[in-house]
Amino acid sequence: MLLEGKKLLVTGVLMDSSIAFHVAKIAQEQGAEVVLTSFGRTMKITSAIARRLPQTPPIIELDVTSPDDLAALPDRVREHVPHLDGVLHSIGFAPPGAFNFMEAGWEDVATAVHVSAYSLAALAKAALPLMSAGGSVVGLTFDARFAWPVYDWMGVAKAAFESTNRYLARDLGPKGIRCNIVAAGPIRTTAAKSIPGFERFEQEWGTRAPLGWDVGDALPTARACAALLSDWFPATTGEMVHVDGGFHAMGV
Amino acid sequence: MADQQEILSGLAEIVNEETGLDPAEVQMDKSFTDDLDIDSLSMMTIVVNAEEKFGVRIPDDEVKNLTTVGDAVTFIQNNQG
Ligand SMILES: NC(=O)c1ccc[n+]([C@@H]2O[C@H](COP(=O)([O-])OP(=O)(O)OC[C@H]3O[C@@H](n4cnc5c(N)ncnc54)[C@H](O)[C@@H]3O)[C@@H](O)[C@H]2O)c1
Repeated sequence: MLLEGKKLLVTGVLMDSSIAFHVAKIAQEQGAEVVLTSFGRTMKITSAIARRLPQTPPIIELDVTSPDDLAALPDRVREHVPHLDGVLHSIGFAPPGAFNFMEAGWEDVATAVHVSAYSLAALAKAALPLMSAGGSVVGLTFDARFAWPVYDWMGVAKAAFESTNRYLARDLGPKGIRCNIVAAGPIRTTAAKSIPGFERFEQEWGTRAPLGWDVGDALPTARACAALLSDWFPATTGEMVHVDGGFHAMGV
Repeated sequence: MADQQEILSGLAEIVNEETGLDPAEVQMDKSFTDDLDIDSLSMMTIVVNAEEKFGVRIPDDEVKNLTTVGDAVTFIQNNQG
């Protein structure tokens, strides 16, 4: 099995539509032991959804913007597993105001960057005491090299996220830890549906992507995350792998 | 399979657990948002727990049509597995 014996921390399971839910599911099917995170009022939803996985995993509290939660992370994880082989960052949030580019104020933008970009470094740093050579950190982005018809400051936050991945690769590489992200096409999740105008992606993506695209199917994205968490990309770091049906490679 | 009354009382229990509201307040004609003051995060929690309790799937696109408790009860009754 791809992830036999691996111990993985999976953030971002909210609903069973969450990309992270599908990563956790595949990871368990491939032999991994999974610990989930959730926070605040979403903890109850995550707990109910966790019971829909092949094995019900433990869930630890982690608001990725909370210095206390980040500091407590190693001890909370150690209550369930002795170390970590991999960490999935599947966290994104921007206040509604951030989705209006010309009107957004700094506070909304700052929140988007804090939760959606800086958090990758914060999470990796928090998990570092549990990780060793061969470890893997994987995140999720929506290709931020372009300006999209919607997405606005969340797109800017994702550009920062993608850059954060490269710096993490630089600083964790000497420890033998890889950092990579998957640039997924649009998938109908809670986060995606909170983006005004998200349907515009849904319609066009499938026609332009040479392989086609199903917004209701998180499996291809989850599989790529599982592959990057595995031992099968041993010399790949700082990379962004597109799982978008080939959309990114087409001119029109 | 649960009948309407059983679904209503099961749902009232779930709402009580999430919000602390007296189960007796949870009546067919009550609106989740306007009467029971349930926000979207609580509604998600209630939906997920109802799916588990009644063995139904309540798709996200359906949730916005469930304005009243009665709407939810009817949906669950018609879609029980
Ligand atoms: N859905 C898409 O179309 C799509 C495409 C490309 C990339 N992504 C990325 O995938 C990742 C997962 O999103 P999703 O689409 O599965 O949606 P989702 O709503 O299911 O997941 C988002 C998660 O972020 C968590 N979160 C938000 N604020 C947090 C905080 N302060 N601390 C800890 N967790 C927090 C939420 O609890 C939730 O579990 C995000 O980074 C998103 O940007 C999504």
